[in-house]
Amino acid sequence: MRLLRNLFVVLGMLVLCGQAAQAAESMPKIDIGKGGQCVRDPQWMRKNHMHLLIHQRDETLRKGIRDDQISLKNCIECHASTKDDSVIARDDSFCVACHKYEAVKIDCFECHSGIRKSAWLKNQREGK
Amino acid sequence: MSNADIQRRNFLKTTLGAAAVAIAPGMLLFEAAQAKSDGADSKVRWGMLIDTALCKEGCNDCVNACSRENGWKNNNLPTDPQWMRKINIKDISSGREISLPMMCQHCAHPPCVDVCPTAASFKRADGIVLVDKHRCIGCRYCMMACPYKARSFVHEPLHDQNPDVPRGKGTVESCTLCVHRIDQGQQPACTEACTNQAILFGNLNDPESAIAKKILSVASVQVRADLQLNPGIRYQGL
Amino acid sequence: MPSLSSLHFKNRLFYVLLAAGGLVALAGLYAVHMMESHGHIISGMNNQIVWGIPHVFAIFLIVAASGVLNVASIGSVFGKAIYKARAPLASLLSIAMLAGGLTVLMLDLGRPDRIIVAATNYNLTSVFAWNVVLYSGMFSLVVLYLWTMMEQRMNPWNKPAGLAVFAWRFILTTGTGLIFAFLTARQAYGSAVLPPMFIVLSFAWGLAVFHVVQANIYAWNEKQLDPAIMNRKKNLLGVFVIGSLYMVAVYHLTNLYFSHRVGFEHFILRDGGIYTNLFWWGYVLLGNLVPLALIYLPGLGKGKCVMLASLLVIFGAFALLYVFIIGGQAYPLDIFPGYEVHSSFGDGQIASYTPSIYEFLLGFGGLAIAFIITTVSVRVLNFMPQDKAYIAD
Repeated sequence: MRLLRNLFVVLGMLVLCGQAAQAAESMPKIDIGKGGQCVRDPQWMRKNHMHLLIHQRDETLRKGIRDDQISLKNCIECHASTKDDSVIARDDSFCVACHKYEAVKIDCFECHSGIRKSAWLKNQREGK
Repeated sequence: MSNADIQRRNFLKTTLGAAAVAIAPGMLLFEAAQAKSDGADSKVRWGMLIDTALCKEGCNDCVNACSRENGWKNNNLPTDPQWMRKINIKDISSGREISLPMMCQHCAHPPCVDVCPTAASFKRADGIVLVDKHRCIGCRYCMMACPYKARSFVHEPLHDQNPDVPRGKGTVESCTLCVHRIDQGQQPACTEACTNQAILFGNLNDPESAIAKKILSVASVQVRADLQLNPGIRYQGL
Repeated sequence: MPSLSSLHFKNRLFYVLLAAGGLVALAGLYAVHMMESHGHIISGMNNQIVWGIPHVFAIFLIVAASGVLNVASIGSVFGKAIYKARAPLASLLSIAMLAGGLTVLMLDLGRPDRIIVAATNYNLTSVFAWNVVLYSGMFSLVVLYLWTMMEQRMNPWNKPAGLAVFAWRFILTTGTGLIFAFLTARQAYGSAVLPPMFIVLSFAWGLAVFHVVQANIYAWNEKQLDPAIMNRKKNLLGVFVIGSLYMVAVYHLTNLYFSHRVGFEHFILRDGGIYTNLFWWGYVLLGNLVPLALIYLPGLGKGKCVMLASLLVIFGAFALLYVFIIGGQAYPLDIFPGYEVHSSFGDGQIASYTPSIYEFLLGFGGLAIAFIITTVSVRVLNFMPQDKAYIAD
């Protein structure tokens, strides 16, 4: 019995290692913009950014509690591509790359702008 | 199982692994917070006093400023949004003509909030009436209920919204009193743009504010006061 | 006994009918898809006329769905045998029309993908939110009621279930009327007469729909409806039509009594163009007077006449709802009473509205859903009224 269980554990580990190796090759390529760590470490953010966003959206909109650090606008400020100032413009843009990979629809940008405020202002001035 | 499937599973595994950490995101936020405002204050009631004697017929500065600030465009189609508009009115009996801006009156008892099935229409603690577009399902009942025709429905997909003013197809919208500016201590765009200074903005509840003092000293009315909605926008000389 | 070839023909006809209904429903879905991707810009609705043709169809279906249950209530609550025999069919029609109407209403939303939001966020002061409860409650109650009729062991519960449905549908139609009755700022709505008016309208519309479906089912099964039964039911339709005409008259007359609403009434009754024509010619003449003549004039009132009268009552219903919903919004809001008003947003002007093909497709899609549910159910389950030898009760 015990032997059998150990065998399973070993087999399982082998499979996992193999997967990890494969996954590393074709994980989504993401344009992280300026990047850097601001709220939490990247792995934590990967898992929990949606909870922060949905919590903060209700706080901000319905109660007027504006938290500059974890506002969507602030996320975009850092993570928009340095090339086109957007988190959604291309397949490898910050938000799109992961969400495409995970096949999760993003609803934010039906209403929210996906580009940096500074870039938006510049576009307005240039009449784009 | 295909290669892509395995990779996706793996990615999901790492992603979902510690989702439990987020059970209490509110508590986590607390330590992360830095520049955090206290939110809308229920002791405040934002409002405006509009002096119709100073408002000139044909002048559209406030409307244009609103359009620019909030990113809506009116091409004179009945489907185009108009958060703010100038109305010219003429007293049928005396013939006296008045020009004035009309927008969401930010009622204390807003009918749009009463009728909204999902509570997407709501009133902030400081009296600003807003649409929560995350919740709006686009039923347009609020547009039927509003006595001031202050609301517009977004009939087309939108692009290039102002990062501070999210707007989207299939939801209802209206004047936000420039809530994003107010929260930063600024005045609404229309108030700032009015060269005749016909619009006075401020805290109706603060006896020391300019608007409260002026309301004490001059005659002002609320539009359709008979409906007893107690709007936060008042008009002088109507 | 029908011949084999006629059975073959009917079998084929059934699938043809089903396919036709399916096609119309598909066309409705296509309209939804178009409105989803382009936005409501491709409908005729705008910021002045915010509710259009889809709402005319939806409200007709929902009101008729409540009214058709009258047939069931007269049977279960008041114990009349000929109505009791028709209660299952009436319940089926109610479910079918409710499903069709709600589908239209839901798919016309700006964000139909957020329907889960509507189901999880209730605003207790909103009549719309109440109606979500009323509609889903009605659905389950009628299903329960059907169960008590079609499953013998459940028969003892038939009477209480019938009573519950009876009460619920009154509240439901009251809720439908309240959607408009609470809009105090609009001259067209904001009247306490509206809920009772909708209840009486529902009686007439529901019974008319019932007549049309019943006639088709009898024809399909090559059976003849007892003329005595027909006579009673056509008289009932006559009474309902007179009642609904009376309620509509009361609604307009009370509006005429308030001087601030006289302008609106003049618009609908005299100067409104399409709305005036639809009201007088469509609703009053074709939807009421002609059916009454078909029912009551000596020498008339036979099978074909009643069928035609029922169809005209249904047509009149659409005419009235168009005038009520769209005409009611076309007349401008009186923001500054006593002033002449001009603006870039249509203040002080009659709004114009040209319904688009997509709105009609969506509306007919709702009718098609009701049609499909009815046709399939009638074929697979026994909804044919089973009359005993007729004795007047």
